[in-house]
Amino acid sequence: MTAALRVEGVAKAFGGVQALSGCSLEVAEGSITGLIGPNGSGKTTLFNVITGYERVDAGEVYRGDRKITNLPPQRVFALGIGRTFQLTRIFPRLTVLENMLVASQHRSSGHGSSQHGSSQHGASQHGASEHGAGRRWRSPLARAGGPADRRRAMELLEFTGIEGHAAALADTLSYGQRKLLELAYVLVADPAIVLLDEPAGGVNPSLIRHLAARIRELNAAGRTFLIVEHNMDFVMGLCDRITVLDYGTVVAAGPPAIVREDPRVLDAYLGADDDDADAGDDDPAGGHE
Amino acid sequence: MSAARAALPALVILAVLALFPQVVSNGLATTIAVYAVLFAAAASAWNIFSGYSGYISLGHAVFFGTGAYTVAIGARDWQLGGDRVFALLPLAGAIAAAVAVPFGLVALRVRRHTFVVITIAVFFIFQLMAFNFSFTAGSTGIIAPILNWQPATYNEPFYYLALAVAAGTAGLAWIIRGSRFGLQLRAIRDDEDRARGLGVRAMRVKLGAFVISAFVTGLVGGIWFYFIGEALPQFAFDPLFDLSVALMAFFGGLGTVWGPVLGALVIESAQQYLTVQITNDYLSEILLGALFLLVILFLPRGVIPTSGELISSWRLRQRRRPPAGQPGTGQPGTGQPATAGESP
Repeated sequence: MTAALRVEGVAKAFGGVQALSGCSLEVAEGSITGLIGPNGSGKTTLFNVITGYERVDAGEVYRGDRKITNLPPQRVFALGIGRTFQLTRIFPRLTVLENMLVASQHRSSGHGSSQHGSSQHGASQHGASEHGAGRRWRSPLARAGGPADRRRAMELLEFTGIEGHAAALADTLSYGQRKLLELAYVLVADPAIVLLDEPAGGVNPSLIRHLAARIRELNAAGRTFLIVEHNMDFVMGLCDRITVLDYGTVVAAGPPAIVREDPRVLDAYLGADDDDADAGDDDPAGGHE
Repeated sequence: MSAARAALPALVILAVLALFPQVVSNGLATTIAVYAVLFAAAASAWNIFSGYSGYISLGHAVFFGTGAYTVAIGARDWQLGGDRVFALLPLAGAIAAAVAVPFGLVALRVRRHTFVVITIAVFFIFQLMAFNFSFTAGSTGIIAPILNWQPATYNEPFYYLALAVAAGTAGLAWIIRGSRFGLQLRAIRDDEDRARGLGVRAMRVKLGAFVISAFVTGLVGGIWFYFIGEALPQFAFDPLFDLSVALMAFFGGLGTVWGPVLGALVIESAQQYLTVQITNDYLSEILLGALFLLVILFLPRGVIPTSGELISSWRLRQRRRPPAGQPGTGQPGTGQPATAGESP
């Protein structure tokens, strides 16, 4: 079985800093894969490379069998890979509902997620279908968000629990609500793979539990996740497999129980040589890189 | 807000503006009115691009001048006279839109301040070209063909033509704002990279708005050329045009549908009136600059958003009074996440 997402020997340098070098990893279809590593180990750079925000110097990225190396972000998204950002990015001057509708145009037409029951939002088995291909043409001057799009958006807002704020400007949301909104609008277009960059960072424990439950539910319905997170309880409890990055290279990969005991991982996290930089890494709140 | 409720004030204003030349026959007043309505169209067109996308263009005079010169050169070279010259107006819009494509493909690669600087630079290139090319007749400019209209009602056709363009542009701005295209533009304004990551083809969307905006501005330039009767490089490609449309949109409310229209009607009328009354051309420009400062200081979001906020906060206070200060706006059934995050 081919991996949902495969990164092969990717290298990326910023000036003299080698952010990624020879980085390879696989995300199995239907898995929740964790990506951990000390600050500055290249996790966010890897996300940026996969989703088209950075170009690679070398190496390839595959979505299933399809090469997606260096495609622009909108193409990567259209191929069913959605992501959130470490520093949550929403559209502050749009309402929460409008935020949701930005992505709604990219749902494939024959897909009909709205027919799913209210608790089965993630139930759609998406596969690698190209959104752009079979889509009905809609006039750009048509009103944003038809009834079906709005229904779907409201379902997802209910699913994440912020439906009460639909008409409010996104600017008025709290930090935790912004995280939920970002997750919700990425889901609008029904991406088969979702990349979450520190979803639990700076979020209170009850919201972390809420978030983990939502991710499990979406995963049970067949969605694949790749999650960068510093909160070890969150990662170890949620993920099927864990990949450890250090200095831009994968140093370990496997089930949580094994990775946890791996001496190279302990070294990367607790290594004596640069303890200053690593001291904050076990902080459940998650530092910003 | 229902469409009917939103459209009603617009229809009332349109009716008042349509009756204006029937009631007022003073030549000065109708001349000012033609300029005011022309600028309403131009400011609304500018707003469709800059207001919605957040890319502040100070180079729209390129399209204005291109429209003016298109009509001027067309009328001269094809020896059109009388009313027939108006047939060139769509061409003025089309050429301006065609200019916007390469202009946009270059300028829209950069953002914020860099974008503003590039639009200014392109504007000066066009002004220099108008001064130096032979087909634009350099600094002597091009005189418009004479229209054999009655002096008493000379302004009227111009006024109605400008009003039609302005109404059409405002209507288009309204449709775009509520559309998918408009939502994408506003998403780009808020966070372009995030929008790209949600499938928005940013370049296409921005360029589309730029071209639409250019088309209308070119059209306005063409009408202006006939009205004023002459195309000179320093007036067809006028840096004050760029500042004026931006100020009008800021004054009324950047990114709102009616703000730029209101701003143009108020500011252009006032400026034309002062220019005539004071005769010193520079004083009205100084006043324009002072007004810009006042708007930025006290109405940074413009008249329409600020007054809208005042009205809705007043309404909220009225509504809150009976249940003894209990805010009834929070949704009770939201569950834990609504109370989850603490920091705003």
